[in-house]
Amino acid sequence: MTIDWASFTPWLALSGGALIGLSATLLWLGMGRIAGISGIAGGLFNLKEASGDRSWRLLFLLGLIGGALIVHLVTGGLFEVRSGYPIWLLIGGAMLVGIGTRMGSGCTSGHGVCGLARLSMRGLFATLTFMATAFITVFVIRHLFAFGGAV
Amino acid sequence: MKNLFALGAGLLFGAGLYVAMMADPNKVLAFLDLAGAWDPSLALVMVGAIAVTAVGFAVSRRMQTSFSGQAFGWPTLGKPDLKLLGGAALFGIGWGMTGYCPGPGFAALAVNPAEAVPYLLAMVAGMLAWDRGLSKRTSPG
Repeated sequence: MTIDWASFTPWLALSGGALIGLSATLLWLGMGRIAGISGIAGGLFNLKEASGDRSWRLLFLLGLIGGALIVHLVTGGLFEVRSGYPIWLLIGGAMLVGIGTRMGSGCTSGHGVCGLARLSMRGLFATLTFMATAFITVFVIRHLFAFGGAV
Repeated sequence: MKNLFALGAGLLFGAGLYVAMMADPNKVLAFLDLAGAWDPSLALVMVGAIAVTAVGFAVSRRMQTSFSGQAFGWPTLGKPDLKLLGGAALFGIGWGMTGYCPGPGFAALAVNPAEAVPYLLAMVAGMLAWDRGLSKRTSPG
């Protein structure tokens, strides 16, 4: 393993993480809900859900997009936007994200942040599992198949 | 009242994702690529987020209800089961294929809609496929 120190951004990572933690704390203390993005989105788009439960989910996601946009505009862009990524990887992967987060009841935020923060065994096992399969998947894509250097 | 909390929390979440550069799938994939030039930054995102959130949970144990009066929706503390692990495994594969987990997928709408729109449409299709069909093998369609 070689560590790419030139790309390492510890202070941005820690402060961004702290903002995410403040968000999860505000949602929890404010309205008693777990800040799990797949759960919030799943409840919004599942039309069988009680409609009274939908407005806060929509506002949270609109806020999320707005918060990212504000920092993007204020900073003038912290990174280069990716382009030319294989669309079949993007769409196939996104479908697996959708199925997997509903089947496994959570994603990086619900299991990884909120679950670990309250020492949940389910959160811990889910996090170890998705980290492992994500590491393996990137290894297979980048080093076993090396898709044209575009990935 | 609760909608204000939701909007405020959303703004903070999106700002945090962007500052942490998790809205950049190249950064995320550099973290997931242990065999390449490894960028450990995202491990610190988790550290920062978990440390602050743990304080929030600790504070709530001294409260009767949330500030808006709604009860705390503590998730059930069950044991890990095959459905949890199978779902997490599929999610991890999808995350590694794209570089986006759900939060950054939404944040990317503000930065890179050319990727975010197909990603989110396919993700929601996958969610509905599970909720409506795959999860209920007994009911047809």
